[in-house]
Parts: sequence; C-alpha cells; structure tokens
Amino acid sequence: MRNFFRGFGAVFYKEVLHVRRDPATLFFSLVIPLLQMVVLGFGIDTNIRQVNTVVYNADARRESRELIDRLKNSDTFHIWRYVGNDQDLNDAIIAGKARVGIKIPVDYSDRLLHNMSAQVLVLIDGSDSSVAGQAINVTTAIGLDESLRRVLEDRSTLAVDIRPKLLFNPDSRSPNFLLPGLTAILLLNVTTFLTAFSIVREKERGTLEQLFVTPVRPMGLLLGKLLPYLAIGFSELSLILSFMRFVFQVPIHGSVVLLAFLSLPYLFVSLSIGILVSSKANTQSQAIQLAFLTFLPSIFFSGYIFPRETMPTVFYVISYFIPASYYINITRGIILRGAGIAHLWIDGLALFAIGTILLIIAARRFQNKVIMA
Amino acid sequence: MAKNPAEAAISAEHLVRRFGNFTAVNDVSFRVEKGEIFGFLGPNGSGKTTVIKMLTGLLPLSGGSALVEGVDVGADSESVRERIGYMSQNFSLYYDLTVAENLQFYGRIYSLEPARLKRRIEEIVQLNGLAPYLTRLAAQLSGGWKQRLALGCAMLHEPALLFLDEPTAGIDPVARRQLWDLLFELSGHGITFFVTTHYMDEAERCSHVAYIYYGQLIADGTPNSLRELPDVQPQGTLRVEITTPEVTRALRLARQIPGIRSATIFGQSIHALIEDHFNLDDLGDQLLKNGIAVTEIRPLAPSLEDVFVELTCKHQAMLETARA
Repeated sequence: MRNFFRGFGAVFYKEVLHVRRDPATLFFSLVIPLLQMVVLGFGIDTNIRQVNTVVYNADARRESRELIDRLKNSDTFHIWRYVGNDQDLNDAIIAGKARVGIKIPVDYSDRLLHNMSAQVLVLIDGSDSSVAGQAINVTTAIGLDESLRRVLEDRSTLAVDIRPKLLFNPDSRSPNFLLPGLTAILLLNVTTFLTAFSIVREKERGTLEQLFVTPVRPMGLLLGKLLPYLAIGFSELSLILSFMRFVFQVPIHGSVVLLAFLSLPYLFVSLSIGILVSSKANTQSQAIQLAFLTFLPSIFFSGYIFPRETMPTVFYVISYFIPASYYINITRGIILRGAGIAHLWIDGLALFAIGTILLIIAARRFQNKVIMA
Repeated sequence: MAKNPAEAAISAEHLVRRFGNFTAVNDVSFRVEKGEIFGFLGPNGSGKTTVIKMLTGLLPLSGGSALVEGVDVGADSESVRERIGYMSQNFSLYYDLTVAENLQFYGRIYSLEPARLKRRIEEIVQLNGLAPYLTRLAAQLSGGWKQRLALGCAMLHEPALLFLDEPTAGIDPVARRQLWDLLFELSGHGITFFVTTHYMDEAERCSHVAYIYYGQLIADGTPNSLRELPDVQPQGTLRVEITTPEVTRALRLARQIPGIRSATIFGQSIHALIEDHFNLDDLGDQLLKNGIAVTEIRPLAPSLEDVFVELTCKHQAMLETARA
C-alpha cells in the first residue's frame, strides 16, 4: 500500500521555513488587507447623503422657502447654490457642479394659497443611478407628505401608516454592510496569491522539476504547500474579524466558531484556485494577471457590491458558480443576522462541493500540465 | 550472448517518445553498466532531457521499455525514483533556505530515518567540504558550491544511479575539475553516473559515451571504440595536425588541395583528414609553395569532437538520401 500523501511532511516543513525566512511577505500579506479594510470601511459610504443641489426659486415667498428647508432637512440634499434663471440651473447640472436642480415656479405660493396644484420641477442627473434613485424617492416623498399635510390639516393620523423597521443594521452603517463581504474578497486575494506564488516560484527556480524526480506524490506536495497557507488564511480571517469588531464596531451577532468552520471550505476553494492559476502561469507576473482575472467576477457578481437579485438573468446564474457568493451570504448571515447552521448549511455544502471539485481539478491539471510538461 | 538486462544500471530498449506528430525520441536503445560514468551527448533539443525524463519516470514512454536499476520504469516509476538521484543544470536548490535546511528537506523527502539522515548529512558535508557553509543561505554560495550542495542533496538517500544534467554548465574550471575528481571517486565505490554535457573534454573522461542527434542514437561505445569506427576513420585515410602561424589562410588553401577530405582549425593548428596515399612531405611542400610556413605536421588520433562531427555529417547525408 503506497502512501498517497508521501512527502507531505517534508514539503510542509520547507514551506514553513520559506514563510519564516521572509517575514516581510507575511507581514504585507496580512497587513495590506487591513489597509484595504480601513480605506473601504472609513472611505466608502453607500448611504446617499448631502447631494449637491442647485435651486432656482422664482417664487421666493414663505411657502417656497419652507419647501426648500424640508428638502435640506432630509439630509439627502445639500444646497450648493441659488441661481436666478433656467440657464444657470441647467448649466450647473451639465457642468457636474450639482446633481439635482430644483425649480420653484413664480406662482408656487399663489397656487397653494388658492388650493390649486402647484408644480415643482426637479432635474436629476441620471448618470449615477443610485443617487438619481434616492433623489427621486426623497423629493417624491416630500411632495406627497407636503400634499397630505395640506389635505389632512386637522387629522393627525394617516389611514395607512407604514412603519419600516430596519433589522440587523438599524443605523444603515456602511461598514456593517461592506466589511463582511470584503472579508470574502480579502481572504480569496491573500490565499490565492500566496499559493500561486509559492508554486510558480518553484517553477521559475526549477526546484519543482527536482521534486518530481523524488518519490513525492502530487497530493503530498500539494497538501504540504496548501496547509501552511491555510493557516495564514485563518490568521488573516481572525485579524479581519477583530478589526471589524473592534475598530469598525460591527457587532457579530452569530457564532464565530461556526464562521471559522464554514470558512474552511472557502479557504480550500481559494487555495485550489491558486493551484489552478499556477498550473497555467509560468512566471510570477503571469500569475498576478491570472489571479486578478479570478478576482473580478468575485467582486462584481458575488453580491459584494451589487445585489445578486437585480442582475440580468445570465449574470445571476453565473453568480451561483462563484464561491464568494456563498461565502458572502455566510459572513453577512452570521455577522449581521445572527444566522446559525440551520440557515446556512446549503451555502456551506455548496462551498464544500465546489472546493472538492476544484481541488480535484487542480490536482489533475497539476499532474498533467506541470509534471508531465 | 545477451546479458541480463536486470543486472545493468540502465537497460533501454527501443525507447520512443512522441509529442503529437513530433517524434522526440526515436527507437533509442542503450545499456549502462553499474559503476560506469556514462556520458550522454547531443545538441540542444536533440532529446537528451526527454530521455532523462523517460528514465526517471516523469514522461510515459510512447514505445519501448526501460529497466532502471532492475525496475521497469513504465510499471513502477516511484520505486525507480527512490533508487536514483537527479541533479539538474540549474542546481535546483531553495535559495532562501540554508545549506543545512536544503539537506534536511531533501533527506525528509526520501523519508530517511532521523538517525540515518543525521549520519548521511554528516557524510555528505564531509565529502563535499560543506562544513563551513552550513548556516549560509544557498543563494549566497558561489556556482561551484551550489553545485556541490545540489549534488549532496541528490545523493543523500544513497542512490546507486545518479543523473547529472549538465552538471558543469556555468561553473569555473577549478570547480569543474573538482567535480570530476569526485565523480571518479564515487564511481570507484560502484555508483553509476548518467551525465549530459556539452564539453568534449568531459566526454573524453567518461567510460562510456553515447551521442543522440535529433531523436536518434548515432553513437554508443567507449571513447576509444568510437574513435576506431570506420565512419570516423574511413579506410585509406589519415588524420593529421598541421601547425602553422597562419591558420586562416592555410585552411582556405588546404581545403582546395585534392586529397584533403576535410579540415578544421584548432587554435594554432589545422586538423585535417587526408587520403593515406598522400605523402606528408608533399603536403608540407604544397603549403610552402603557397607561401605558408609550416612548423610541424604530425599524425593525430581523432578527438571525440571529430567523432561526433563525422557521425553527424554521415547521418545527415543518410537522411537526405532517404528523403530523395
């Protein structure tokens, strides 16, 4: 009976030496993701606030000024400037100085006082769809609210009173939304690069060829290379989680142990991607290019930035083949919603299946393309 | 009287390796006895590395069979790899590991018992004189020391057969000489060496050489037996060395003299293959008549380079007639 994993111990020993010999690489691979977290966590606010707005108030009486105050108080609009004619209003938007232009006609107050319908023109720069959407919603809501107040005057309650309540992220904090997703991207990044580099380096050096004329078995070699980087992946995960919890104050509602457990198949997935990359790439710069190619779909189609449900059908289907989709559901589920294994076992199973398949494909490709080359 | 193939270090029979339509190794057979230093020569791209990969079990054979240390490569390449050592031309060492760590790693790869590993490392360090460098990173060693370390790593598990792929490429002459001294010493202990090289003087040192030319083995024997091949030294010809201060001009003239079959420059002299009815004094006279001072003309045994040049030309002519 031959040992299928022969050479595992020796390769593991050597990889640990490589990592220890080069603390700078380890340091950067652990710290740069944290820097990315700081940039994204502090720098990006997905909530739309203080949109630059230009106002042409042709009426300028009390009613029109009240309307402008209400827009200001919504926190969505920031009045960048008041202008005195249509031309300036248009130019401000075309020049990109303001995203929203509001024109209150000269007869606004008169019509209100005579119980007639008063019109307000809202020009919205549609080039950023989320800003535009928010501007439409808020202006429409304010208009509706204003109308109701005038119609209902004495009645204090509405017939239908919708009271939205935000679960899990009551303050709509961006880090709460972004960071659990970012965890998936950063882990993928670090582990894929490290594995791919560790193999491609040996290709460049010629040591891989040397290993193949020893009795090492491919599985022993691959696992010996993977496990140290799996350990680094886990350290990265704990660093990211601590950073998220204590620096960005994102509460973790679910079980950290479950999160660690479900991270295991995800890490195997990214390590296998690293092997796949290295079986194709012969130099480190090729490896960088290829690795980026695998990151892009994980960033755009996994639901990390754009919700998967709103994607065109083709991409929605593609998103099912992207491991990060499942892992992001797991991290957001556990961290934000306090989900347990009962809610997440399907995602875990999917990751496990993808990981196993990828590892088998990677090992075979490695055998055929690298050993037999 | 066929010798038992299992007793040879390597017994290759009709090896064939194809890559798609391209035949990289075409019906190659040879036998390397235990304890020999076998020099495997040929131009780049002629199939040397492919043959090594086939014999070490890295590449499946498209045809033929090979026994390495008595084990069938096709059937059990892992057992083959336990019995052999391999050193590639780029000294596959881990540059960010120390000398001792490199040895440790390769020892563990061959699953040596800790006690044996310790003893073997001591022996290798002693043999190769690596003691002063144990804690140095492999990257900081000079070419010659890298090569000794690589050889040491390939020998840790006491293989009976060592493949050395261009072991002296790019190292200084002193280190080259020392390596060969070491090979002779080890070969005295019964270790077999399979060495590829481009240096003709190294080929001369081998006890057995073979020459592969675009996938086909065109020479196989001891250096002396190759020198006596009829293709190399055709009936009725003689090889001479003509020493003269004006080699270039002399060469141009010599090539026009009927009876001189071929001529090449070697430093300050010309090596020529002449017909033996040709009188050496006549040759000197002819050259003098053309204004070339000849210092000395003396008969010469063919060098291995002459051997390979003759055999290659002959082989190429044969291929062309076959095509026509």
